[in-house]
Amino acid sequence: MGLTDILQKPGQALGDMVQVTNLDAVVNWGQSYSLWPYPFATACCGIEFMGTACSDNDIARFGAERPSFSPRQADMILVLGTITYKMAPVLRDIYDQLSEPKYIISVGACASSGGMFDTYGVVQGIDRFLPVDIYIPGCPPRPEAIMDALIKLQEKVKTQGLEERRAEIKRKIEEINERNRPLIIR
Amino acid sequence: MKEKVESFLHSKLSNYIFKDETVTSNIPTYFIKSEGIVPVVKALKEDPELKFDFLNDLTAIDWLGKKDPRFEICYLLKSPKNKHFRIMLKVPVEDGEGVPSILSVFKGANWPEREVYDLFGIEFINHPRMDRLILPDNFQGHPLRKDFPLEGFGQDYLISNLLHIHQED
Amino acid sequence: MAIYDKTETRFRGKFENLPEGHILVNLGPSHPATHGILQNIIQLDGERIVDAEAIIGYVHRCFEKLGEKYDYNQFLVCTDRMNYVSTPLNNIGWILTVEHLMQIEVPERVTYVRMIISELSRIMDHIICQGILGVDLGAFSGMLHMFHHRENIYTIIEKLTGARLTTTFCRVGGLERDIYPEFSQEVNQVIKGLKPAMDEFKDLLLRNRIFNDRTAGIGGISAEEAIAYGYSGPNLRATGVDHDVRKDTPYMLYDKVDFDIPIGEDGSVLHRALVRMEEMYQSIRIIEQLVDNIPKGRYHADLPHSFLPDKQKVYTSMEELIYHFKIIMHGVKVPPGEYYLATEAANGELGFYIVSEGEKSPWRVHVRRPCFWFYQSFTDLIKGGLLADSVATMSSLNVIAGELDC
Repeated sequence: MGLTDILQKPGQALGDMVQVTNLDAVVNWGQSYSLWPYPFATACCGIEFMGTACSDNDIARFGAERPSFSPRQADMILVLGTITYKMAPVLRDIYDQLSEPKYIISVGACASSGGMFDTYGVVQGIDRFLPVDIYIPGCPPRPEAIMDALIKLQEKVKTQGLEERRAEIKRKIEEINERNRPLIIR
Repeated sequence: MKEKVESFLHSKLSNYIFKDETVTSNIPTYFIKSEGIVPVVKALKEDPELKFDFLNDLTAIDWLGKKDPRFEICYLLKSPKNKHFRIMLKVPVEDGEGVPSILSVFKGANWPEREVYDLFGIEFINHPRMDRLILPDNFQGHPLRKDFPLEGFGQDYLISNLLHIHQED
Repeated sequence: MAIYDKTETRFRGKFENLPEGHILVNLGPSHPATHGILQNIIQLDGERIVDAEAIIGYVHRCFEKLGEKYDYNQFLVCTDRMNYVSTPLNNIGWILTVEHLMQIEVPERVTYVRMIISELSRIMDHIICQGILGVDLGAFSGMLHMFHHRENIYTIIEKLTGARLTTTFCRVGGLERDIYPEFSQEVNQVIKGLKPAMDEFKDLLLRNRIFNDRTAGIGGISAEEAIAYGYSGPNLRATGVDHDVRKDTPYMLYDKVDFDIPIGEDGSVLHRALVRMEEMYQSIRIIEQLVDNIPKGRYHADLPHSFLPDKQKVYTSMEELIYHFKIIMHGVKVPPGEYYLATEAANGELGFYIVSEGEKSPWRVHVRRPCFWFYQSFTDLIKGGLLADSVATMSSLNVIAGELDC
């Protein structure tokens, strides 16, 4: 018995009482299974979220137990529904108040790209001003689709390290700035 | 019932009637001059036999290119006492004119008048608060007019401070 | 932030010289209890509300302008998204208005199916309203219990139309496809499961001491004021006035079925909850009278110029091909004129006003939405009350933001 033996056969020496791993993996494992959502429900997709969170399709099984309505206590923000020009500053405010690490899932066609509303009042997709992680298509998406997105986000959290995450957000913000640069017509 | 209303309007309030035109509709329609809308609505509400005391709807139509006074404001009144009979009063106005507000007669006309101002640009006189209701406060233009395109003219000025994200965040 | 600054300066005028000790609280747009996006700025003196101002328009999706672009069948997708908790009611309202404008009669089979689905959606809407009222006051288990039955109704609607929430239920002239063979059996099963669940739900909420204390006498309004503001639906019936569009100006076959209209007394939160609960039982009564007697026949009226023909025939026969092409390219044939029709949605009187010039799309579409008219009075209802009561009042009014901003 020695440390080398235990390190070579993790989980077998001393039975299941000891596991050997690194800190990143443990932290990511913990985070991924307890992503508390902030449901930013504007329109019809909010009703599908209620269906996902209630009896028949229970999203609490996957760790999203407590939909918190205080941004400081939430991990991810689920943008459910159409975002208009009047609502966009509010969404940005709430995103800024979330504490790191934070994730965004844009649920539905309206949040991802404006949906069927190509009109004067609707922002054509929240990725005009926010870095989004997962897009869910559908109008509205089925509860199974929302749960599938949560599982994919869990995979992403488990496998992505801290530096990688920071680099990804920086890249996305640069893309947004580039796209939004106003045209100069001489 | 329709004849009673017509005779009432022609006998007591005939100086306010704009023109006698028939409109293909399921609801009897009467055209009223804009300065006479408040007395007409008040008389219809207080008459003990007709008693049109439920304001069902308040909206406007833009007839750009088709009719001469460009806008028409429609008031839909209902009388629960007479088996819920409905009539429609229309007030033709031109661009830039104002219409007296019927807030003193019906309390429920507050927000619909603000909505008509917001979407069409028609002002209501004597309204305590003629502000935009549904659109952002710094929105320019009146969307439901026929010369405003559906996609708008480009609304980025409304969220201009959000579009450039600073790297320190 | 652009909008917040504007809001602050605009309300400075009204809330300018605040007396000593009063504070301004922003019950902001994104608030709990997923009622939708409504903002209220409230002036508080301790815990009592002195004055308030409501700001709406955060979900303005421009349906009335879209109505001038889409044709008469395509506008159904817009009506889906107005009152998104009970979508078939909006669809049926629009389709009935267009059919009355075109003066066509549909077979009885179509009317029976439309009425059954309307009443099922009314039950769905009331389940959400009562469930969320419980959640706002802290009683979460009632909503979880009733949601299972709501999912059962969703399954029926999904089998019939293809979608759970955005159903686009009928077409001009009839239904889009015939009902499936087990429709009556499944509706009967759902209703059988619903009745005992509703009895339990009623006991959970209405015999609960805390619920009664928090809701009796709160947010009341008198009948004259309610009529002055333009109330309709359960909120008006809770004040003692028995207006119901299904009985006053009947449409479809509502004058041939037997049902009662529950009314309350003082318009408080408790009475609204009671009225809605009793309406669910009356809807079940209507469904029971209709579901076993659906007449046989066609599922659409005989309209070759306006109703899409059968797809197999389009591939083989010349006439159907031409009709198909003309209907898709030039739309449904509607005569010029105006029409206003009111139907009873779950919240009140939902009216559609169409001005048509005989072209492919309407010239003007206006939706008379019930939430807009009674939400004006919200600031008057909460003055003088406590802050916690304002949340209960807002949930009991059943304001759906998608309908409010149209």
